Amino acid sequence: MIPELGSAAAIVALALALWGAVAAATGARTGRPALVLSAQHAALGVFVLVTACFALLTYAFLTFDFSVRYVAINTNLGTPFYYRITGVWGALEGSIILWTWMLALYTLIVILRHRESAHELYPWVLTVMLSVMAFFLLVITVAAPPFARLTPVPADGRGLNPLLEDTGMITHPVALYLGFTGVTVPFAFALAALITGRVGDAWITLTRRWSIIAWYFLSLGLLIGGWWSYHVLGWGGYWAWDPVENAAFMPWLTATAFLHSVMVQERRRMLKLWNLWLVILTFGLTLFGTFLTRSGVIASVHAFTQGSIGVFFLSFLALVLLTALALLAWRWDALSAQGELDSVVSRESAFLLNNVLLIAAAFTVFFGTVFPLLSEAVRGVKVSVGAPFFNQVNVPLFLALIFLMGVGPLIAWRRASPDNLRRSFLWPVAVGVAAAALFSALGIRSTLAVLALALTVFVAATIAVDFSRATRARLRMGERLLPAMGGLLRRHNRRYGGFVVHLGILIVTLGVTGSQAWSVQTETTLRRGEAAELAGYRVRFDGLTATEESNHFKVAGAFTVSNGRVLSVLRPTKKFYPQEQSPIAGVDYRLGFGEDVYLVLGDFARDGSEATVKLQVNRLVSWIWIGGAVLTLGALLAILPDRRKPA
Amino acid sequence: MKGKFVAGGAVIAAALAYMIYAGVTQSAVYFVTPSELRAAPVVGKAYRLGGLVQPGSLRWEPRSLDLSFALSDGKATVPVRHKGTPPDLFGESRGAVVEGSWTADGYFKASLILAKHSEEYKAPHDGGTTLGKDLIRTLKGDGRQ
Repeated sequence: MIPELGSAAAIVALALALWGAVAAATGARTGRPALVLSAQHAALGVFVLVTACFALLTYAFLTFDFSVRYVAINTNLGTPFYYRITGVWGALEGSIILWTWMLALYTLIVILRHRESAHELYPWVLTVMLSVMAFFLLVITVAAPPFARLTPVPADGRGLNPLLEDTGMITHPVALYLGFTGVTVPFAFALAALITGRVGDAWITLTRRWSIIAWYFLSLGLLIGGWWSYHVLGWGGYWAWDPVENAAFMPWLTATAFLHSVMVQERRRMLKLWNLWLVILTFGLTLFGTFLTRSGVIASVHAFTQGSIGVFFLSFLALVLLTALALLAWRWDALSAQGELDSVVSRESAFLLNNVLLIAAAFTVFFGTVFPLLSEAVRGVKVSVGAPFFNQVNVPLFLALIFLMGVGPLIAWRRASPDNLRRSFLWPVAVGVAAAALFSALGIRSTLAVLALALTVFVAATIAVDFSRATRARLRMGERLLPAMGGLLRRHNRRYGGFVVHLGILIVTLGVTGSQAWSVQTETTLRRGEAAELAGYRVRFDGLTATEESNHFKVAGAFTVSNGRVLSVLRPTKKFYPQEQSPIAGVDYRLGFGEDVYLVLGDFARDGSEATVKLQVNRLVSWIWIGGAVLTLGALLAILPDRRKPA
Repeated sequence: MKGKFVAGGAVIAAALAYMIYAGVTQSAVYFVTPSELRAAPVVGKAYRLGGLVQPGSLRWEPRSLDLSFALSDGKATVPVRHKGTPPDLFGESRGAVVEGSWTADGYFKASLILAKHSEEYKAPHDGGTTLGKDLIRTLKGDGRQ
């Protein structure tokens, strides 16, 4: 009964979404507000119904309704309460429901925020958002029905993929999907601008905060994904250029480009076409990512279920791109730039270069990810390019981007005078060069590491120069130090929010550089009482214990970590799930600001006398997560309502 | 003015094309089956070799971390050697993909082993439970000594 209610709710929601999309469009064309109002009600109805779907599926999980196929596959009687809830979006069908629910939520907030403004764009925004929603509801009802029955009803389910039994799994998909679905809002405004022909700045001003929110959640999703990979997967890294990671990284790159290029449009009335195209591309990449990871065309270490879903996403992607291109062609005349580039040495060109590099990075990731498909189609041999390819091409691009991160915010618009350059960059360049010399003198041999760190110092110095200059200006006006700084952050929250986000990225860069350049590892088999040594640490094997948990057996090794004095006892595990063919390794680690001690239990003797262990000392990895926290603060600052009085 | 930007764009595009080309030629990994590799092995070329771990071929020396096994596709088999613990999903009669290169000494030197994970639905089986109970027994017994 419950599952049938769920399926019915999805079908009614689909009908409502379609009606709403048509009603809003008709209302806009014929000037009948009643139809737009009806579309609003339809959107509200969709939200309620999708919420009901979500709740019913959760209920099926909590009550172990194994007559529902999706429940039977992703839970069993031993699954703890907490993971029965997160298990709802542990696989394809449920994650599409979560995605749709978030989309419905965004639509609702868009209605609440923009309905009063009664802007010309508004009904068309509703049309686009409800059309996207209708697509996802179609997937739910046809391609990936979460409430499909399983006969005969099994006595017990298979259980959640043990790797997903982790707190990171509640936050990672939620953040990532909030990012993916969040992109729909600026996309809807962009299409509405094209449809109405009002391709000026209105759509950009209206979606500025929406874009930052979507971008922020994408960043957060990527970072939490890295954290999950680091502390669950047990290979000692946080990023592997896996197709699934790339699928989320590509829209992040284009969204980053978009956030920067809109500033050029606001200030200089340029790049109109480019901005529309960027937001369409970003939205397209979120669909493409889902196609890539769910269709099984690319082998990935993340084992997802496959099905007809890939065809759905690819068709919808084609439809979106064709519609967008047709609209762009239709409005071509209105899209010419009013401003012009005056000089190569200007903020416009710094931003332009930033965009070109970000798009180049996105293209590189795209090319590397689909390369096996390309080579098989063109040459008939299956060839893939791995992490070395992505690193080799992207690292120079990212270093150049970090350099621009220092240049862009300080260089003058239009044409930078020699005076502007001297005032803004003399000190930062001096500090950066000094830092490079210092790092080399300290014995850092990797040129890339020296370059990355020196650039980081340079950018940090530009931020310091800018902030201190602005603070001093306020002090001269008679303000005291702290109120002056606070007032600066609050009144120019957008600018300084951006700076704080940049600081966060710099801190992440520090973590990535450190972990790539200085991490060390070893693998060895120890008898009980024997110790391994690495980078000043001694790790002694003290024995194994076995325990029975609610849904698995756990073997844990005890390893005493010391560096002269005893620091801690680490207990990496192997978990044996009855439904899995093989054990799952559980990592244990001791995190630190300078370095993490990271242990993975490999093989062991059945009598507990011997264990093989992989020991890593990972440098500076914690700064990646700290950078994420700083980035959060910056994004929050940037989306505060603008307090500046209109000039 | 426009000329400068067009020239700049062309330089960037050319640099990117070169970097991608160099990256692909240096890090291309060829997907092969054991029979394909046996037919034309090239020493030093990067391969990704997929097949079934032949029953009875698996040798694992925990002290020296030497792992050796044979991958087969039914028609040909390739001896593989690796330094390090086998991954969790790895075992005899199971699918595995190894990355590495063919050596002049007539074996495949694997730098990376990827075990294949089955996502198919199946009822929980007893094997895991027995193994777990077995482990608990031996380890607890050991603890009392």
